[in-house]
Amino acid sequence: MTGYLYYPGCSLKGSGAPYEKSLLAVFSALGQELKEIPDWNCCGATAYLSVDQDMAVAMAARNLAIAEKLDGQDVVAPCSGCYLSLAKAKATLAEYPDVRARVTAALGKASLPYEGRVAVRHPLEVLLTDVGPEVLKKRVTRPLKNLRVAPYYGCAILRPYPGVPSPQAPHSLEDLCRVVGATPVDYPNKARCCGGMLTAGVQSVGLRLVEILLCEAKAADVDAVVTTCPLCQYNLEVYQERICKAKGKDVRLPILYFTQLLGMAFGLDDHALGMDQLLRVPLVAPCAGVKA
Amino acid sequence: MQVVRTVKYEEELDAGFTNQVASEPGGDAIWNCLQCGTCSAICPVSIYMDKTPRRIIGLIRGGFRDEVLGSLSIWICTSCYACTVECPQQIRITDIMYIAKRMAMKESQYQRFVVPAVEEAFVKMVRKNGRLTESRMGIKVVRKSGLRSGVAMFPIAWRLMRKHRMSLLHVERMQDPASLRAVLDALEPRHAPTAPAAAPSRAAGA
Repeated sequence: MTGYLYYPGCSLKGSGAPYEKSLLAVFSALGQELKEIPDWNCCGATAYLSVDQDMAVAMAARNLAIAEKLDGQDVVAPCSGCYLSLAKAKATLAEYPDVRARVTAALGKASLPYEGRVAVRHPLEVLLTDVGPEVLKKRVTRPLKNLRVAPYYGCAILRPYPGVPSPQAPHSLEDLCRVVGATPVDYPNKARCCGGMLTAGVQSVGLRLVEILLCEAKAADVDAVVTTCPLCQYNLEVYQERICKAKGKDVRLPILYFTQLLGMAFGLDDHALGMDQLLRVPLVAPCAGVKA
Repeated sequence: MQVVRTVKYEEELDAGFTNQVASEPGGDAIWNCLQCGTCSAICPVSIYMDKTPRRIIGLIRGGFRDEVLGSLSIWICTSCYACTVECPQQIRITDIMYIAKRMAMKESQYQRFVVPAVEEAFVKMVRKNGRLTESRMGIKVVRKSGLRSGVAMFPIAWRLMRKHRMSLLHVERMQDPASLRAVLDALEPRHAPTAPAAAPSRAAGA
């Protein structure tokens, strides 16, 4: 394996720092190389698409063009939003020749020819497909027994360009939970929107979506919710106190990244996984019991 | 009491609007709509919209330009793509929402809403730095949405800063943001499709 190109995106350099830490720690523990794309730029997110489509596509495609210029390895985009932007740009360029003509011409002026050769992938799928559950299981030194987990996928890695198998009934996070010895609960709203940027733009609506997800997880009596996206993680985690206060119900729950779950089971150091940067950690945090 | 007409005459509609939307990438399947309402049913935020997704599609088909571009619905859409994958007619409703957003942006039919103002600020920032600095964006959101939201956000920002997940000093930027701008500037701004027959601006509200 020649390793992967890593597209961090802006969130992982900010509020999603624990995701970046745990992702890099887990990949390095597995001997998989992640090479950051040099001088990558913002994927454009949903905002650029609301302003100008060609530019939104060009933003995302510039990163893919750089990846092509390197070795053309698969691009791993841990942020679901970035994953979607990159995948959507690739699909748009393949489907609409006029957009492709304009965008490739612009990229060409910056000596970045674009052919659409690189694959865009989410690390959850990379870990389960390329590395495989068997190898992951072998690396587990601290099984997370008795940990009940709500698997939460959100939207962007499922729709409309599925990054994990069976978008209508995804099971990758459940598979991962079983690998680490945790118990995935039935979480019917696992593919429901977390509110996305609405928690900033139209907060009353955004927070209601968050509340629904948290209440459901709470009702399933879980120890933690595990996420695949920095925006989902942020939305579910930071507004808990406010929802508690406004609605008079307890929705406090640890919200983990799937890479942290995996890292905990690998026996990696809490600090290396960014566990200390979460606002709330699960009670069964492995640091307490250490050594299985 | 003043009596007003609440139904539009056909001549007040914009007959070219549907074609304009349909000619944009992602808008092509709009003619297939059966008005079944699956989109509105699956949408997690349709209950907060002034016009549900099904109605938005219907209004676009009918040429109700101002009603669509002036609606809050297009800015409530979180872009979760639930409607797009469920539509039995393969209409990319999320993409159509984006087309409407771009047209509304261009025609400035959005001043009363926070979301588009925030998105415009987002675009400005990534054009300048090549990347987004969440804390700076947060400050912009708070400034657009008023003092009360700022007061409410303060404890959250404080907790994140203490966890080193937010910083007021650090600015996330590319080594060479100009290399991105060179790509963007090589493109002609195409906020919205150029109208086949530019419709005269109408005063009639929604």
